[in-house]
Amino acid sequence: MSDKEKINQITRERERWENTTLPKWMGQRPERKSEFRNHSDTLIKRVYTPEDIKDLDYMRDLGLPGEYPFTRGVHATMYRGRLWTMRQFSGYGTAEQTNQRFKYLLKEGETGLSIAFDYPTIRGYDSDNPFSQGEVGTCGVAVASLKDMEVLFDGIPLDKVTTSMTVNGPAAMLLAMYIAVGDKQGVSREKLGGTTQNDVLKEFFAQKLIIFPPKPSIKLVTDIVEYCTKHMPRWNPISISGYHIREAGSNAVQELAFTLYDGITYVESCLERGMKVDEFAPRLSFFFASHNNLFEEVAKFRAARRIWAKVMKERFHAKNSRSMWMRMHVQTSGCTLTAQQPLNNITRTTIQALAAVLGGTQSLHTNSFDEALCLPTEDAVKVALRTQQIIAHESGSADTIDPLAGCYYIECLTNEMEGQAMDYIQRIDDMGGATVAIERGFFQKEIADSAYKYQGETDEKKRIIVGVNEYTTGEDAAIPILRIDPKVEEKQVAGLQKLRRERDNRKVDEVLEELHYAAEKDENLMPVIIEAVKAYATIGEMCGVLRKIYGEYKELIVI
Amino acid sequence: MQSERKIRILIAKPGLDSHDRGAKIVARALRDAGMEVIYTGLRQTPEQIVETALQEDVDIIGLSILSGAHKVLFPRIMELVEQKGLTDVMVFAGGIIPEEDVPEMKKLGIKEIFGPGTPTEKIVQFVFENLPERT
Ligand code: B12
Repeated sequence: MSDKEKINQITRERERWENTTLPKWMGQRPERKSEFRNHSDTLIKRVYTPEDIKDLDYMRDLGLPGEYPFTRGVHATMYRGRLWTMRQFSGYGTAEQTNQRFKYLLKEGETGLSIAFDYPTIRGYDSDNPFSQGEVGTCGVAVASLKDMEVLFDGIPLDKVTTSMTVNGPAAMLLAMYIAVGDKQGVSREKLGGTTQNDVLKEFFAQKLIIFPPKPSIKLVTDIVEYCTKHMPRWNPISISGYHIREAGSNAVQELAFTLYDGITYVESCLERGMKVDEFAPRLSFFFASHNNLFEEVAKFRAARRIWAKVMKERFHAKNSRSMWMRMHVQTSGCTLTAQQPLNNITRTTIQALAAVLGGTQSLHTNSFDEALCLPTEDAVKVALRTQQIIAHESGSADTIDPLAGCYYIECLTNEMEGQAMDYIQRIDDMGGATVAIERGFFQKEIADSAYKYQGETDEKKRIIVGVNEYTTGEDAAIPILRIDPKVEEKQVAGLQKLRRERDNRKVDEVLEELHYAAEKDENLMPVIIEAVKAYATIGEMCGVLRKIYGEYKELIVI
Repeated sequence: MQSERKIRILIAKPGLDSHDRGAKIVARALRDAGMEVIYTGLRQTPEQIVETALQEDVDIIGLSILSGAHKVLFPRIMELVEQKGLTDVMVFAGGIIPEEDVPEMKKLGIKEIFGPGTPTEKIVQFVFENLPERT
């Protein structure tokens, strides 16, 4: 029998089943809902069969691990060779406190670091700026100058870990500080491994912590890519992030499409700068969320790799296959976690983490069960890390590559998500690109609508959230929460003021002036920022210079 | 005519906190319930918030904060509300505010605090049931 005949036979059998077996069951045991949809609103069929993937061409659409189009994974050995990096996003209070947390996590088996900075740092203010009052160390670690970064990595050799930094506007300054700590430790730039998030586009419509307007923001991103391409072969200069898009309320398809579109925009910006695609593209990295629907998420990760591979090959004519591979970090979805019955969050996180592993991530953060209450306590983050370790060592999920490949449902969803994402990409192309879409509030509106819809479905109980709108009996067990001592702010401010008294202020003035000139002349700012950081210029001082030249972005409000 | 005036409500984001998913959802739900909603946008100082409330002649101020900075920002906002004579304005709030801080916040004059997982109709209903005298 030919393949076509086989499919026809299955179709006939399915139709027979639908007319005979199914109606009997539907009579006795009708379906729970009139239709089933996933988070992206895609209609889910009752059952998937070979008919749904009849056009799948194995070598064209899936291929083999480590090869184009990378659907099955970016490495030929995947987790059989090395497990994903277990990287918990952490930071609170002072640099000393976070340094302790890093060491604790490493001792418990974490395999990579990830820094959460406080609001003043991510917004480019010093700890003693009036805007920083009440915010120092509360939502991340306070890092105002190289002094804080030195303390943060005290006793942690930078050639033994890789570090991810969640910072965008002031990414160049924080990267410069990391480089400077490396210099002090005798670890050269070629040996530093890690990631700067440095994805400003999604800031405009998802994370909203942007400082500068779009043009200078993208210029700074490109400076970092250019600098790292020349000097830091092990550094991922950007982490093109869907996580924030999803958490701001988008669905999975929007997350996929908007993230990839941001990626396209960065590639274009680097090409305009005169870089060659195969020089910088291999180090671009991605960051996605893993939400509740296991299959939708697995399909999303697989579709993401395939689309990116095609985009790099067909749209940008990359030749090096590493320019086409999409390496990713995944974080389980914080917005699915509840303040009610918080221990249930451990179960949610487990399923989401499993999706990330089945989807072939390179690195993973698992949220702690106290997510909806406070920054993670030591006990809560330990359970989150153990969750990854259990998946890695006990579940068997890491024993074979891309275990869900060939599953009718997964392959069909992967195809559908690719199609839906490509439709969005086409629409944004037609609109004139990402910056235009931001200016028109397109992304903002799409995300706000999805967020409102999700809330409405929850309110109307069309979407059951265990412990929130169903199974709400009983008092919630109170769990201990992490509180940031208000003394952290006093201490941090005192330290900063001492630094300002003791450093060579003439030198600081000089480098800040150099930064000013370099920014005016539109040079690559990385070298001068490294100089400034080494002279102990602060985040606020450096960003202050750039704020004067570039101005500040004023939020476009779309409700 | 008094009775035909729509309820005017300011949804405000104090401090550096830039989580706006919840604030925007609440704003939209109140608007869909027929109120006139003014949303401040992100990163407002207490002074800006109270000034906007005054300019817009609102009946209600809704504060949304997820950053943990409420302990510093809420007292300042309430102080200014008092100073500017907005004592007939109802102030309520939502976001990530630990249970143990709630009594302290209420003592400042904040009428109610709604945390994660609150259905929007509960918020709408609360507003209708707690309209300040002036409306
Ligand atoms: C989504 C999210 C994000 C998204 C934000 C996207 C966006 N544009 O909003 C992203 C990924 C960008 C993000 C980033 C960060 N986040 Co965040 N985030 C969350 C998360 C997971 C969910 C918040 C959410 O949107 N929920 C859905 C909405 C609908 O719920 P809601 O906001 O709670 O609103 C409801 C109620 O609170 C209430 N409500 C809210 N406002 C108002 C106002 C009024 C007037 C009323 C009546 C009611 C009301 O009604 C709403 C409907 O029920 C929470 C944890 C959690 N599960 O709550 C962490 C959380 C808030 N984030 C946190 C942190 C630290 C950050 C960062 C600072 C991390 C960093 N160092 O880089 C950044 C800062 C980003 C920023 N923009 O400010 C912490 C805050 C810690 C604390 N307070 O102690 C939390 C608690 C997570 C944690 N445990 O660490 N985050």
